[in-house]
Amino acid sequence: MAEEADDRKPFLSKKIDKFFTGLADAWNFVRRFWQEVFLPPYEFKEVIHQCYRIGVESLPLISLTGFIVGIVFTNQSRPSLSEFGATSWLPSLISIAVVRAMGPLVTALIAAGKVGSSIGAEIGSMKVTEQIDAMEVSATNPFKFLVVTRVLATTLMIPILVMYTDFVALIGSFLNVNANELVSLSTFFVQIFESISFLDIWSSVLKSLLFGFTIGIVGCYKGYHSSKGTEGVGRAANSAVVISMFLIFIEELLVLQVVNAIRGM
Amino acid sequence: MSDKVVEIRDLYKSFGDLDVLKGVDLDLHREENLVVLGRSGTGKSVLIKIMVGLLKQDRGQMEVLGQEVSNLTPKELNALRLKIGFSFQNSALYDSMTVRENMEFPLVRNIKNLTKKEITYKIEELLDAVGLPQTINQMPSELSGGQKKRIGVARTLILNPEIMLYDEPTAGLDPITCVEINNLINEVRERYKTTSIVITHDLACAKMTGDRMAVLLDGQFRAMGTFEEVFPHAEDRRIKSFYDYNFIES
Repeated sequence: MAEEADDRKPFLSKKIDKFFTGLADAWNFVRRFWQEVFLPPYEFKEVIHQCYRIGVESLPLISLTGFIVGIVFTNQSRPSLSEFGATSWLPSLISIAVVRAMGPLVTALIAAGKVGSSIGAEIGSMKVTEQIDAMEVSATNPFKFLVVTRVLATTLMIPILVMYTDFVALIGSFLNVNANELVSLSTFFVQIFESISFLDIWSSVLKSLLFGFTIGIVGCYKGYHSSKGTEGVGRAANSAVVISMFLIFIEELLVLQVVNAIRGM
Repeated sequence: MSDKVVEIRDLYKSFGDLDVLKGVDLDLHREENLVVLGRSGTGKSVLIKIMVGLLKQDRGQMEVLGQEVSNLTPKELNALRLKIGFSFQNSALYDSMTVRENMEFPLVRNIKNLTKKEITYKIEELLDAVGLPQTINQMPSELSGGQKKRIGVARTLILNPEIMLYDEPTAGLDPITCVEINNLINEVRERYKTTSIVITHDLACAKMTGDRMAVLLDGQFRAMGTFEEVFPHAEDRRIKSFYDYNFIES
């Protein structure tokens, strides 16, 4: 009866229903995370294992991307600055751009693609092959073991990866600046630290924590709610990436507004 | 003390419009092997999933070891689950862990203060019991279907359950491996004194492992008794055809 009534609903109405039901599910999932994260038993070993997987295994890709971003951004900014004879400002410009926005954003987008999809696919395949049920019947809380540990690991590791990306991007930028403007390493880094404030670093860390949490929770949510066999696993991995990236941009925008408001005080 | 281990009364379960269980009644006695038979989608697996609290009934009573499952708190439910071993249809081995880690997983989380030596001894003892001691460091992806089933059974036995639930233990296996799995089910009962429910649509498996058969049709048990009582002279055409399709007679 209920399904018949549901079939008669207009297409748009069904879509809206589905959207709000999904939103409520997601809210309950996040709420459950905050309820479970402080309650024993604590899966420290699994958190460390996940930190290793997320952190160490992302390093090669993050290193390469960060380095290239540093070089390319420096190269692209030079012509505009040289028009005003201000190429000496390159280190300041690069450091502000990298620390405030590009470092966190590039790292989070790469992690959303690499880590988010892998979490979605892993938990999704565990779900469809009844491994999550197996955990539950052996009196282990699968939410705590699979979700809490992964979300904690992404939340802890993304800020560290962001700092690393910042560093690698600045090294890339230095090599470019050094080759073209003959600026020494010490001068380059003195200029960098003069340009960035405590607020820049603080907001970068805050953003990274938020991005890390988003990547972890979205990947876990999508995996935990996947169905329809292998097709569902693929869909979970894909939507984990798409939704994470979308939310990362929204969060970037919101944090930017807050930080600008604080800066204006 | 009653020797009833499971008592099901007037159990209903539906998914949306689909009524799967429509008033199921069942008693399971200590150290009995009960085989639940029925075609795919008749709710056999649903029944045992309600038993371990993975699903909740719409109405009716599901009493396991004297406790109504639907009324238990999460803590009580976990305590009950430790007394029930669930062997999944696809074995459900954790594929990111080795066989040793798969078996360690429930043990270290539920029994505290075990030394490494005790854990290894327990794992090796059970792997010996299922005839696969050499697989201890292998990944599930390196095992055959039959080996995975055996390891799945060994993993459930590690917590010394009183009740064993086997969901389609012989599904997708060759006839020889099926016989090996059936023998394993019987050995488990003899050695560990477990009470079992075997969910299957394989009559050869049912005949080898079951003391009693229960045929689930249209959401209810339509026949119950020994293999000889239920089959081969069944009056219900559907039960008869179930028998005929399994044992093709000339």
